Amino acid sequence: MGDILQLVLKRLGLGVVTLFVISILIFFAVELLPGDIAQAVLGQAATPETVAALREKMGLDQPAILRYFQWLGGAVTGDFGVSLISGERVSTAISDRFVNTLFLACYAAVIAVPISIILGVIVALLRNTLFDRVANVVTLTSISSPEFFLGYILILYLAVKTNYFPAIASLSSDMSFGELLHRTFLPALTLVLVVTAHMMRMTRAAIINLLASPYIEMARLKGVPAWKVIVKHALPNAWAPIINVVALNLAYLITGVVLVEVVFVYPGIGQLLVDAVSKRDFPIVQACCLIFAATFILLNLAADVGSILTNPRLRHPK
Amino acid sequence: MTKSKNPELMNNLEKAARSGGISKREFLQYSMLAGVTASTATGLWTSQAKAQPKRGGTFRYGVHDGNTSDNHDPGTYQSVYSIQLAHTHRSYLTEITEENGLGPDMAVGWEASPDAKTWTFELNTDATFHDGRKFTANDAVASLNHHRGEKSTSAAKALLDSVVDIKTDGDKHIVIELSQGFADLPWIMTDYHLVMLPANDDGSVDWESGVGAGPYKIEKNEFGIGTSLVRHDGWHREGAWFDRIDMTVLNDPNARQTALVTGDVDAISSVDLKTMALLQRHPDVEVDNIPSGSAITLPMFCDVAPFDNVDVRMALKLAIDREEIVEKIVFGTGIPGNDFHVSPNMPYFPADIPQRTYDPEKAKWHLKQAGMENLSVSLSAADSVLPGAVDMIVLYSEQAKKAGIDIKPVREANDGYWSDVWLKKPWVFVKWGARPTPDNMFTLAYKDDAAWNEAHWKNPRFNELLLQAKAELDETRRAEMYHEMCMLARDDGGTVIPMFVNFVYARRKNVKHGPSVSASWETDGGRGTHRWWFEG
Repeated sequence: MGDILQLVLKRLGLGVVTLFVISILIFFAVELLPGDIAQAVLGQAATPETVAALREKMGLDQPAILRYFQWLGGAVTGDFGVSLISGERVSTAISDRFVNTLFLACYAAVIAVPISIILGVIVALLRNTLFDRVANVVTLTSISSPEFFLGYILILYLAVKTNYFPAIASLSSDMSFGELLHRTFLPALTLVLVVTAHMMRMTRAAIINLLASPYIEMARLKGVPAWKVIVKHALPNAWAPIINVVALNLAYLITGVVLVEVVFVYPGIGQLLVDAVSKRDFPIVQACCLIFAATFILLNLAADVGSILTNPRLRHPK
Repeated sequence: MTKSKNPELMNNLEKAARSGGISKREFLQYSMLAGVTASTATGLWTSQAKAQPKRGGTFRYGVHDGNTSDNHDPGTYQSVYSIQLAHTHRSYLTEITEENGLGPDMAVGWEASPDAKTWTFELNTDATFHDGRKFTANDAVASLNHHRGEKSTSAAKALLDSVVDIKTDGDKHIVIELSQGFADLPWIMTDYHLVMLPANDDGSVDWESGVGAGPYKIEKNEFGIGTSLVRHDGWHREGAWFDRIDMTVLNDPNARQTALVTGDVDAISSVDLKTMALLQRHPDVEVDNIPSGSAITLPMFCDVAPFDNVDVRMALKLAIDREEIVEKIVFGTGIPGNDFHVSPNMPYFPADIPQRTYDPEKAKWHLKQAGMENLSVSLSAADSVLPGAVDMIVLYSEQAKKAGIDIKPVREANDGYWSDVWLKKPWVFVKWGARPTPDNMFTLAYKDDAAWNEAHWKNPRFNELLLQAKAELDETRRAEMYHEMCMLARDDGGTVIPMFVNFVYARRKNVKHGPSVSASWETDGGRGTHRWWFEG
């Protein structure tokens, strides 16, 4: 176990370095965008005078490098600064939105992960049958359609025509948990449809890959039923690739949902990031991107640790 | 104003009828005096007078163009959502009425000195802020000063350029001194930036808290998501029929329309024109298609070749088929422009100026006058300015070919269009929000030294008239001056005005409004929240 701890610490250290590099990239990418925040805020109403006054008020008259290090100085101590436009603390602006995004991601993951893995096992068991084909065609179709299209289809059939679910997923704090699940079901379902195929096919492929191994053949020869061969003998060895693909999809559920947010009017972090980029609100862009980057780093780390823990050979190295 | 008195009379009659002030018999008699036939008047009595506003209900309103970066600073109001919210939780000195006239809001009256250089506004002493404080002259002065001075970052700074000083005169009057006569000042006070805010002791204003003196006070607000408001019981006016307002940001056109159709919201601020016809067929939905003063302009730099030649400008104005553009680009929800920036619902609209029509032959003739056989120019647009902007310039380019003019349509990036394309490239696509008066529009974008003189057009006679008309309190003389200025802009100016675009918004059938709605902004000039009501 000591080795794992060491690995985790090492990876976390590297993660911090990665985040630092990313923060530099983001800062200069925002600087490269045409126009600056003062012009973006004032839009058509900008005059040279008001733009200059606004730049001074926001501290944009200082050189870019200086502004970056000022931000970095704060960020190191956990202070991500204030939004240049609203003057609100970045942490307050982001926290509610991020909780909403996490909620939707968890909701979708709780449905999608078991379904994909169970489906994956079943189609591996029934490979090349009609069921396998149908499951593949359906999931591949849903992953190949753009998310907004899936969202609109679901809205048409489950909201407009039948009124089973609300078409917009706007939240309020006085909702009960049941109501919350009902309101956010359509966006969650859209996300489920988007991520299921990838996880299911990976599970299927990983298991089928193992079915050719001698120890599986041995199990079959000694008369173990087909489902038991897969669940007891093949699946444990297939965990590593499955965990990796699950982690990748979980990261997607957090970072890639902006279209779903727009279609269902869900107050998540994606829309916040898009708004901030279009207005060049650098502290918000920076914080959102760092959250996304950290999500990828942590989930990758979790995937690696997970693969080690499920593999006795890696758990007990000689 | 040049408007007929009759609509006002009729409106007053309807109001009186609604409040029970007159009997049906009186209503019919007065209506006929106002030039309405007996049968129409009877119809009006049943439809309007009986449609008495009712109190109650939560008005759920889906609004487009809401951003996380919106905020309560009136100096940076820009999005549709901010403008709608501003009219709901804050108040102005004056308002644009349902009939597009000028009416009182937090000021009950106003008066100018004969040279129109000094204006006195009498304030409504019944008005209170949401925190219970009385509205006083100090608040009004501080609110206007928020947009003035060197340090001000307000987008409305240019509007108040000519203001020299704003003083209180007792608790209920403010006096505004101008550097030059300005007859339209009360109209300017309806500008969406110029909200009344509570003053701090140091003469600044408290805009941060979101406290206003409007019909509804904010209970909970998250920019980019939505706002919940509850009726402000101390509001100084009649109206505010709804108990509560729930505004939700619905940026996606499809989400907006779906929410309206499924009944998740009661009204939406904008309708996707491509599917408007389908929405109109829905039994529970009513679409409001309101001609507005919002213009599409194509300004050409008059100091850059080839646009420095008036014949070239004229050829380009004749080479555009406005009817076809209104039909194909905005699906009929617009009115053709006539190359002067005054819309039919602005005061002083010169209705007798003939409509310019598509005439490729005459355009060719003008090109010849300019010594050219053919002409090749680029025209820039971006779809963020108006959905369909790029389609429009492509269509224009096709139309102009018949006149031997080659217009190269250039699709610009949506991002940074206002900072990098507008006022930078010699011929571009622009959309202007409605402005209340011709003076306001001309001063902003057609005056020779205006920062936004987007066509670099400098016509001495036009500018002379502009200054004269500004200070002219005689309505007839003023109307004559604007007539001449419109002709100058039309025949010499550097701006092609293809059309004025309508506001198209929709509501559930049980949401009612009066016989006329204001054309200044979406949803009755942003005032639907306090003017409209639920049918019982």
